[in-house]
Amino acid sequence: MPTLETEVLVVGGGSTGAGVVRDAAMRGFSTVLVERGDLATGTTGRFHGLLHSGGRYAVKDPVAARECVVENAILRRIAADCIEDTGGLFVSTRWDDPAFGDEFLRGCRETGVPVDEVPVAEVLRREPRLDRGITRAFAVPDANLDPWKLVSACTRSASEHAARILPYHRLLGLEVHDGKVVGARVNNELTGEELEIRAELVINASGAWAGQIASLAGCVVTVLPGKGIMIAMNHRLVNTVVNRCKPPSDGDIIVPIRTVSVIGTTDVRVADPDELEVTPGEIDEMLDEGEKLVPGFREARALRVWAGARPLYTPEDVADTREVSRTHTVLDHAKRDGVEGFITITGGKTTTFRLMAEHAVDAACEKLGVVRECRTHEEPLPGSEEERFYWLGARVRAQEPVPNSEEIICECELITRSHLTEALAHGRPTGLDDVRRKVRLAMGPCQGGFCIYRATGVLHEFEHLDYRAANTALLDFLQERWKGVQPILHGDQFRQARLDDWIFQGLLAVEHLPQ
Amino acid sequence: MTATRPQPLVGPASYDTVVIGAGLAGLTAALRLAEAGQRVAVLAKGVGATHIAPPTIDVLGYAGGPVGSPAQALPEFTAANPEHPYRQLSIDLLGDSLDWFKARLGDHGYRGGLDENFFVPTAIGVAKPTALLPETMAAGDLRRGGRFVFVGLRGLKDFFPAYLAENVARAPVPGDASVTTRVVELAPPLGEARDVSSAGFARRFERADFRESVLAALGRNLVPGELVGFPAVLGLGGAREVWRELEARLGHQVFEVPTLPPSVPGIRVWETMTSALRRQGARLVIGSTAAGAEMSNGRLEGVVAHNAGRPLTYRARSFVLATGGFPSAGLELDFSGQVREPVFDLPLAGLPGQNEPRFATDYFDEHALSRAGVAVDASRRPVNLEGAPVYENLYAAGATLAGAVPWREGSGNGLSLGSGYAAASAILEAA
Repeated sequence: MPTLETEVLVVGGGSTGAGVVRDAAMRGFSTVLVERGDLATGTTGRFHGLLHSGGRYAVKDPVAARECVVENAILRRIAADCIEDTGGLFVSTRWDDPAFGDEFLRGCRETGVPVDEVPVAEVLRREPRLDRGITRAFAVPDANLDPWKLVSACTRSASEHAARILPYHRLLGLEVHDGKVVGARVNNELTGEELEIRAELVINASGAWAGQIASLAGCVVTVLPGKGIMIAMNHRLVNTVVNRCKPPSDGDIIVPIRTVSVIGTTDVRVADPDELEVTPGEIDEMLDEGEKLVPGFREARALRVWAGARPLYTPEDVADTREVSRTHTVLDHAKRDGVEGFITITGGKTTTFRLMAEHAVDAACEKLGVVRECRTHEEPLPGSEEERFYWLGARVRAQEPVPNSEEIICECELITRSHLTEALAHGRPTGLDDVRRKVRLAMGPCQGGFCIYRATGVLHEFEHLDYRAANTALLDFLQERWKGVQPILHGDQFRQARLDDWIFQGLLAVEHLPQ
Repeated sequence: MTATRPQPLVGPASYDTVVIGAGLAGLTAALRLAEAGQRVAVLAKGVGATHIAPPTIDVLGYAGGPVGSPAQALPEFTAANPEHPYRQLSIDLLGDSLDWFKARLGDHGYRGGLDENFFVPTAIGVAKPTALLPETMAAGDLRRGGRFVFVGLRGLKDFFPAYLAENVARAPVPGDASVTTRVVELAPPLGEARDVSSAGFARRFERADFRESVLAALGRNLVPGELVGFPAVLGLGGAREVWRELEARLGHQVFEVPTLPPSVPGIRVWETMTSALRRQGARLVIGSTAAGAEMSNGRLEGVVAHNAGRPLTYRARSFVLATGGFPSAGLELDFSGQVREPVFDLPLAGLPGQNEPRFATDYFDEHALSRAGVAVDASRRPVNLEGAPVYENLYAAGATLAGAVPWREGSGNGLSLGSGYAAASAILEAA
């Protein structure tokens, strides 16, 4: 069996794992990261895209709120290219108690969340689609955060510090000798080849899956996956993140991100983070709540629905997962379970991923008996060196000086052929779904009706795929996409979906492709 | 125009027949009626499905597996699918509709019939069975085998010849003729443009200088005997001349392969049929959304249409509903799962049961909603749940009809043509 040697092995390729591997690599450790699928396909790739100001936690979870305040400011410096600075609003709708606004203001001031009460008339001028019955509004520095860009930038930075990033490597087992974790066996999911990785320290950064991974070393870690569903609507119904000003509950936030708006979310305890069912009732509730913030919400096209699993670490059983603090926990399994060489970092949220990584790597330094300073809060991520925020018009701006200078493969998201080939060159994606995450292919209103054939053609040409691999990529993508669109299909989006079916099944007859 | 032909009426006055929808079904019904001397108006929200679909008439492409002969497969197919609209359309009638279409589109040189299907490549390289095709596509029939060259045009993103060619070489087709494929990529002069649509290429192919550059680049790359496949962008109105010139000057057989929408050869069908309609004195109102009806004693008196914001009532003795299925908004699905026909709110058939899921979890499975639509009687009139006509003078045709899964069956244009033709026959018989 081929063997790799490293000081630190990181398990999990979400924002936490990516943050940990970058931090450890920057502190000079040799590092390897393994992830069972593509990077950022667990909880990180399945949230609403909110960069928290801390406002959502200001009243009920001041520890989490304070962390968000600090990390929000840091990420704006080091990850500007992954952030669109939309700003955020907390609004009291006619269904919300306006007195909660005072509690909210007090909470923000106590935790340091920058906040200003804004005249309702001004808010309605800025966001004319909001319900006219709003009674109060507060501005906070919420923003949106592109999780795929973020994880990709972190792993790229880690690689520049000699880290080895291994997506599509599933952990089969942890090697435990004399009460110490000494490495892991992983399976290359693409080739089927097994690999042994010897490590001085294993950091379990697998979020909602942390309990499953910890059990491989015989440790019991209780992580309650809290299921949250999100729905992408086909427009920027608002251009500012809009939260309901009330105690957190279902469907109380709309995040504008790229060309769509995402409404979230729910919080339901589930047994298995890989089994996240979306029910028609949940979708209905989400759309009803959307209607309260933006009248006519239901008239927009619901593009896609998905669910993510929050990692809620809890020492004992808790009835409502919202009662569990959204801060994070570092567990040294030597102290806790008598298992050396093994750390778990879990809980937390994408906004605080960098802090989580810092704490995890601090613990790693302590265990490895070295003192090395964290620098991730100072050094910008690749692509963010100029500290310039992403701007919605960036792709148009890039193409405008020389119109019609290149083929646009995806008209919804303005993805050109070179965007696609650059993503293919850098990312070594294994399928169209990976490409989707890298360039946001097929995430717009037509959900790939036109671009999927083109992207497969480019993939075939650029990656020198044979017909079988190209056909499989296309068919797999259609099936994967169906999962996200099927539960929510109705109205004009169903009409769009039938046009897409017409193209794939009628025009191209892809069902009859040779396999 | 001769004096004996009816003159187009300028306003929403009274017609013999008002057709709603300008896809293949609506245009077929309208043109037949106009040819029979009726005053006809066609109301349509926009251009029809001709601009999306290839110009082939697929009558029955798949029934279990690929169908070699629609005429032979249809009896068994309709016996196994008693709710299918083909059940009400005899093979003779389908044959008549194909003949009628071939005659009306004489300039396109349509070939074929019900006896055997051609197998022609789609843009991804599947050998798709079809009953009728324009002569610009005929040499692409893979059953005959041969050495095929697929031509790529740089700047056209809706056609990937290398990918297509690899699939074509492995496409199962009846008979055992050998098919080999290769690709020639051309970079024709596009000026400053790098992203040109299929229609943009079609306009360029109508220019002699553009053709010269294509011919010059391609000619030296061909081996005698090769069959040359272009994306279906060889001109709009002048396509036949372009195609003939390419064949003559290359000394090779040339054929077109449909691209992603817009369908250039579909636009040619639209142009031919709507021109014929206008010549027959019919009125074509595009940008007109039918959204209500006036009726009395079980008869439709008029259709209320919204044109430029103002509702107008179009009165007629007969009406044809040819608004298409879900993609054309001839049927609508609301959030609660209710399906509606939006113009007349007609009773619908082929709906999933109360607790049956609308969709299967596998994308390629047949979904419970796929066969939803309007059921018609032997006279092509939409019926209620008791089987009685909803209105004695309302007829339906095309993808609005219940019982078919057109793309899976390869039956879309065949159904539209046959049912549009049959609706016209029923109206003429009733008159």
